[in-house]
Amino acid sequence: MKHLSLVAAGAALAMFSMAGTVEAQQTLAQVKQRGLIQCGVSQSLPGFANPDAQGNWAGFDVDMCKAIAAAVFGDVKRVKYVPTTARERFTVLQAGDADLLARNTTWTMSRDTQLGFDFVGINFYDGQGFMVRKDLNVKSAKQLAGAAVCTQTGTTTELNVADFFRTNKMAYKVVAFEKNDEVLAAYDSGRCDVFTTDRSGLAADRTKLKDPNAHIILPDVISKEPLGPLVRHGDNNWGDVIRWAFFAMVNAEELGITQANVDQMANSPNPEIKRLLGKEGDFGKMLGLDNNWAHNIIKMVGNYGESYERNVGPKTPIGLERGVNALWTAGGLQYAPPVR
Amino acid sequence: MSIATVSFEPKPSLPPPVATAGLLGWLRANLFSSWLNAAFTLATLYLLWRVLPPIFDWMIAEAVWVGDKTEECKNADETRKGGACWIYVRARVSGFMYGLYPYDLRWRVDLAGAVALALMVPVFIKAMPYRAIYGLAAILLVPALASLLFYGWYDFPPNVPEAQTHPWRVVETAKWGGLSLTLLIAWVGIGASLPIGVVLALGRRSKMPIVSALCVGFIELWRGVPLITVMFMSSVMLPLFLPEGVTFDKLLRALIGVTLFSAAYLAEVVRGGLQAIPRGQFEAASALGLSYPKSMALIVLPQALKIVIPGIVNSFIGLFKDTTLVAIIGMYDFLGAVALGNADPKWLGYAVEGYVFAALFYFVFCFSMSRYSLALERKLNTGHKR
Repeated sequence: MKHLSLVAAGAALAMFSMAGTVEAQQTLAQVKQRGLIQCGVSQSLPGFANPDAQGNWAGFDVDMCKAIAAAVFGDVKRVKYVPTTARERFTVLQAGDADLLARNTTWTMSRDTQLGFDFVGINFYDGQGFMVRKDLNVKSAKQLAGAAVCTQTGTTTELNVADFFRTNKMAYKVVAFEKNDEVLAAYDSGRCDVFTTDRSGLAADRTKLKDPNAHIILPDVISKEPLGPLVRHGDNNWGDVIRWAFFAMVNAEELGITQANVDQMANSPNPEIKRLLGKEGDFGKMLGLDNNWAHNIIKMVGNYGESYERNVGPKTPIGLERGVNALWTAGGLQYAPPVR
Repeated sequence: MSIATVSFEPKPSLPPPVATAGLLGWLRANLFSSWLNAAFTLATLYLLWRVLPPIFDWMIAEAVWVGDKTEECKNADETRKGGACWIYVRARVSGFMYGLYPYDLRWRVDLAGAVALALMVPVFIKAMPYRAIYGLAAILLVPALASLLFYGWYDFPPNVPEAQTHPWRVVETAKWGGLSLTLLIAWVGIGASLPIGVVLALGRRSKMPIVSALCVGFIELWRGVPLITVMFMSSVMLPLFLPEGVTFDKLLRALIGVTLFSAAYLAEVVRGGLQAIPRGQFEAASALGLSYPKSMALIVLPQALKIVIPGIVNSFIGLFKDTTLVAIIGMYDFLGAVALGNADPKWLGYAVEGYVFAALFYFVFCFSMSRYSLALERKLNTGHKR
């Protein structure tokens, strides 16, 4: 009896793992058959993923979803947005309720290996920073010895602060709250000297203060938070589609192709542009897509820089400078391999 | 012999002492009856005087009522003391009501609301014949109709243009949201949990050991876990247990969770009512030769349920507020839709206005439920009430 159940368990396991391998390479086919991309996004994060009062999603992460829909279907509306909380996001992807996560998720080793995901790129280099009152005359985080730091409880933010102050042998006091809005309110009312969170949030949070101009964001970045889209481990074809949809946007910016000029650029003699826009070679076919995949992305969503400026750039309420997210040609870290 | 007529004319009674009549008397009796009470009254007045004017200023006097752009609130903040920015609420109110429901189809939600109202009006008309039966039917019919209108019926494949334009195209439940979702969940939860709760309560008192054990087990299991756990289980764990490809609508899972959870609580409320019915009533019903269902339906339950109206409404109000927990499984109920608006990049920094609006809304709904239950109690009062 015992043996029988063991055998049964073994068979069940084998079936599951078989199902796993058959399943693994099929996401693109499934997506095409379904006619929709299920894109796991943040529930609401200003500038990254947020629906307006009419229910239309917009944001930097949302553009990633749209770019993939443009590449696969040539139609940015063919996306089913799956809003996920920080807690349930990985299960949603694992269970197949989402085909990818484009949801400000930090690429870490354990998530890439143990959790069974593949991060396909870094579309936003984030890092933890500090905001202080201007009248403190602080120019660097190294001058913050003895400061009271407002932060969120139970986050990596809190741990990073502890590491930073310990490494620099500085004393500090933590004032921690459960919710980011409470943290900000405490900082605004003067209960602490320093407000810390990821820099993508700092700028947006600054606009919520009573007098935003009385505060500055210090240049120090004390942690690495590389954010990017991720897919289930083992489906490399699908991962390639996402990766190259992202790289196409970065390459387009580097080559000066924009939403407005993409149609003229298609006639450009530049072979790099020709390859990207599908006038030369069969690069779309290599991904299992049409050859005008990248043309569609740029036409419908824009290049990386356009998406950045539209959603989180200095002219938006989020007001983030490009910083390390500038192209490598402009001294940043965004660098896409060539299409060839 | 003459009889002296003695006229006896009563003198008009004196007015009561000034200090016990009129406003002054009322004040004296109720607010200043002793030194201690006088001190409390003065302290309370002082507190109100400190608290109310700032609230009034923020909510009404200094608030920004006209305009449609963030700048108008920002400018007002500089010139005035910085009151509430109600134009934010107005700009996002459509999102609060419908969540992510497609903009061009929101009339379907309105239609569902109108149908619900129209069906419910006769329930409140006293002259209506068979009002109770009609009311029950309406309570069951409304969520079915509303769901149908919300959902639509033409399920186009995503590659045909109608999938984005047709007025009766399917809108999957993940896009339902806002106030309409809150009301739908509350309606289904309230309509379905009461009958289940009654059955469970009767089952728990049953003399049949298996039935009673099952009911006790069910009630204790659902009462023993927090609703948030139920939601989380249903959205995160359940999909892992289901075979690949089998999906089970998230909203349906949440509805079942809310209903069963609330049914377990209602069962205990109803059981309290059943225990308050004297044994004689059961025996009288049996003596009349009524079967068990009849004696319950005609004799026991009408009395028991009447006694526990406050408890039942209490549970309903709890359920109504608990619907906000669907936010943790990624659905945007009313509160979730408000939170969504608070993160709108165009309106950053006005979260307080959003939450105050939500609080007012919840208060109005819960308060009207409680008033209605009081009215019901008065109408059904047959002497149990003190």
